[in-house]
Amino acid sequence: MAGGAASGGSATSDAYAPARGWLLMPAWLVLGIVVVAPVFLMLIYSFLTKEFRGGVIWEFSLEAYDQFFFDRGLFGDEPPTIQWAYIQIFWRSIWQATLATVLALLIGFPTAYFIATRPVQQRTVWVFLITIPYWVNLLIRTVSMRFILRDQGPLNDFLQWIGVIAEPLTIINTNIGVQLGLFYSYLPFMVLPLYAAIERYNFALSEAAADLYAPRRKILTRVVLPAVKPGVIAGCILVFVPSLGSFLAPDLLGGARNFMIGSLIDEQFRGSAGNWPFGAAAAMILLTLVLMVLMVLARQQARLEKGAG
Amino acid sequence: MTDERPIAIDIRQVIKRFGDFTALKEVSLGIRDNEFFTLLGPSGCGKTTLLRMIAGFEDVTAGAIYLYDQEIARLPPNKRPINTVFQNYALFPTMTVLENVGFGLEMQGKPRSEANRRAGEMLELVQLTQFAHRKPSQLSGGQQQRVALARALAPQPRGLLLDEPLSALDMKLRKSMQIELKHIQRETGITFIFVTHDQEEALTMSDRIAVMSAGEVQQLGSARDIYEHPRNMFVADFIGDTNLVEVSVDRIGGGHATCNLGGGYMLSCEAVEGVGTGSRVHLSVRPERLFLSTERTGPEALRGRVVENIFIGTDITTILDLEAGQRFRVRASNSDRGNQRVFEPGQDVFVNMERGAARLLID
Repeated sequence: MAGGAASGGSATSDAYAPARGWLLMPAWLVLGIVVVAPVFLMLIYSFLTKEFRGGVIWEFSLEAYDQFFFDRGLFGDEPPTIQWAYIQIFWRSIWQATLATVLALLIGFPTAYFIATRPVQQRTVWVFLITIPYWVNLLIRTVSMRFILRDQGPLNDFLQWIGVIAEPLTIINTNIGVQLGLFYSYLPFMVLPLYAAIERYNFALSEAAADLYAPRRKILTRVVLPAVKPGVIAGCILVFVPSLGSFLAPDLLGGARNFMIGSLIDEQFRGSAGNWPFGAAAAMILLTLVLMVLMVLARQQARLEKGAG
Repeated sequence: MTDERPIAIDIRQVIKRFGDFTALKEVSLGIRDNEFFTLLGPSGCGKTTLLRMIAGFEDVTAGAIYLYDQEIARLPPNKRPINTVFQNYALFPTMTVLENVGFGLEMQGKPRSEANRRAGEMLELVQLTQFAHRKPSQLSGGQQQRVALARALAPQPRGLLLDEPLSALDMKLRKSMQIELKHIQRETGITFIFVTHDQEEALTMSDRIAVMSAGEVQQLGSARDIYEHPRNMFVADFIGDTNLVEVSVDRIGGGHATCNLGGGYMLSCEAVEGVGTGSRVHLSVRPERLFLSTERTGPEALRGRVVENIFIGTDITTILDLEAGQRFRVRASNSDRGNQRVFEPGQDVFVNMERGAARLLID
């Protein structure tokens, strides 16, 4: 704030201060309705007692969190032991989301680099082409993925036809299926921020590095990547976070054994489990986890920007 | 004496085309060892393209570039022992000043301790030791410029290319950097190839200058050569201030040409190869080689009337209309006011010329 005032226009900002307060009201209203209220509601629900087959009883209870972390036996009367089942689902989700993010980065970076190095008038066309598949509903795209990747699907047929494999690969109902699904669902969220960062990158820096005897690999790791790091971080967050909470790809491509947090929560509200407080508690734990990851990344980015001046 | 030095960078019949556009039309230049060589020309003349080809950022369409005895035109930039100071410095923003300067050495495989030591020495040379651990964005433009210079010099290249490195600096800083660059070139003994569109900068710093225009070298020579004996219209007009007059050559003999300005006025000057009797060509006369007087001082004095005096600090430029019809500029040193060389507008005066001041140009 002090910096803003020092950079001039402090007299104007004083004069418009009340008006600005009112003008910002719509923004605050929208944020309140779509962000604060739902999260707050979920927080409250997670501390309520469950009603059989959905809904809640307005009575304070820690049972949902207890159920998440502790196992008290079938009738709830045994001494508590750690409940590994849900932690395992969380762990698997984080792992799956991480691999999907890495995959998206490996494919997304060259793609973004390619687009950013095209002539200016071509770039928009390339970005447009990247987004075209995403005009189709995610459910339909995921079902198509299932069709393409299945044992007797086009991918296996093709690989067998060119002779790379003898027997069809089983991809559906495996971790790899889930990762491919997640990667495919969120790839543009990786490509677009990377593209924005690389487009702003000063390619004279690459020339300078080459001039100073750096081979291509060193130019990438020592000069390009550090310079576009904010874009890499943004892309990773945008792929990792929705992947972590996703339930379409795990359900349709992973099957029962590759259950993820998103599916677990989905089950509590829509599915047969029908335990709203437990679903809300799982969602709150997921939110806390994501916030922690984001805070670490944000701090790192802040340090980076401070270093850059 | 300078002719004794071996050729460091030899550009042989180099051509560069971008699609249909020819940026360089068969350029040949021999840049000597330990020389401060300048490529001078307006923007779009091909000077930066030529520099980028020497560095390896552009490939040659035809021709060859030799660095001493090695053909380098087909080597990638990281295999050429030539470094560049970029126009906007291109310092690595995520590295400190010391890391920037040590980068080239590190990439050459020198151990980090040695790279740091040598980078430290380079920072001493450009007087930036106390900024070693800052990021480039925390430095002023002039300081960034020095870092770029130190970074390019650190690996001890066999040639240093400078692409308009001073154009982003203010005038005062530019002047002091010009002297410092020249000084560093002498001290390090590295061959410098300097690209600029600023003729004054080129005249101040260079051992030799290649004046370029439209993808061709128009003239190659020392600063004095180019200023005093411009070969053609372009060079005379581009370098310094000059009066260009269209004349017809009446007579040539004894190494001299007699030129007719019209209105019965004649001027004699040195004959030039390529200009024959009867041709209509241009004559260049530098304004500082002319002086005004109330009395006729020689047979070739021209008559004119003062239009305006322009005071520019060290000098006074007088604009006058000649009786022969042309408009001339005459420059007198400010200290000449006492010698009655400056006259009021409206006054009729004689314009006198030192012998050899007029120069015939081929078009």
